[in-house]
Amino acid sequence: MNGEVLAFWVLAVGLVGSALNVVLSKNLFHSVLWLAAALVGTAGIFIALDAEFLGAVQVLLYAGGVITVVVFAIVVTERLVGERLSQTSRRILGGAVVAAGVLAMVLNVIRRAGIDMPRPEMTADITKWMGISLLTQFLLPFELLGVLLLAGLLAATYFARPEE
Amino acid sequence: MPLSAYLSLAAVLFSIGLFGVITRRNTVGILLGVELMLNAVNINFVAFSRFHGTALGMIFTLFAICITVAEIALGLALVILLFRMRRTSTADHIDWLKG
Repeated sequence: MNGEVLAFWVLAVGLVGSALNVVLSKNLFHSVLWLAAALVGTAGIFIALDAEFLGAVQVLLYAGGVITVVVFAIVVTERLVGERLSQTSRRILGGAVVAAGVLAMVLNVIRRAGIDMPRPEMTADITKWMGISLLTQFLLPFELLGVLLLAGLLAATYFARPEE
Repeated sequence: MPLSAYLSLAAVLFSIGLFGVITRRNTVGILLGVELMLNAVNINFVAFSRFHGTALGMIFTLFAICITVAEIALGLALVILLFRMRRTSTADHIDWLKG
C-alpha cells in the first residue's frame, strides 16, 4: 500500500464521516464545524491530486472565509430570539430514498463508463501553468469574476444593512 | 487510486449533501447541504482534470470556488434579511407566495 492509497482512504473516511455529521447533527453550530472539517478534507483530496494551489485556495476561502460568515449568520439569526441552536429535520425517509437513488444511479454510471485510465505523469508545474493561463487565455472570465464578486459584495451589504 | 475511486467519493458526498438539503428545516442548514454538493462537484472537476493530464478543470474549479463564495455570502444576507422581516430562520415559515 503506497502513500497515495493510504492518504485517499484516510481522507475519504474522514470526509464521509464529517459530511454525515453536517447533515445529521442536531446542533446547527456543530454542523458548521463539521462542514469546516469536510472542506479541509477536500483540500487534502486536492493536494492528493497534485493541485496544491487549489488546496490552499480551498482552505483560505472556504474553511477561512465561508465558515466565518456562516457562524456570523447563525449568531445573528439564532441568538436574538433566545432559541437554542438545535434544528429539526423532516422527511428523513424520503430524503434518504432520494439520496440513495441518486447515489446508486451515479455509481452505476461510473462503474459502466470504463474510464479507469492510468494516471498520467506530471509534465509541468500546474500552479505556474494556472497562473500564466489565468492572465492570458482566461483573462476575460477572470476580470468578470472580479466584477461578480464586487456586485455580490455590494448586494450582500445592501441586504444586510442596518434598519432605519 | 483509479479515477473511479475519486468519482465515487464525490458521488457519496453529493448524495449526503442532497439528503441534507431535503431534510433540513433551517435555512442555514440547507445552505450547508448546498455547500457539500458544490464541494463534491469540485472534487470531480479536479479528478478528471488530473487524470486527463491538463489543468483546465482546475481553472474551472477555481472559478467555481469563487462563485460559491459569492453565492453563500448573498444567501446568508438573504437569511438575515428574512429573519429581520419574519423573525424566523425556518424555511417552512417563509410562505408569502402561498396562494
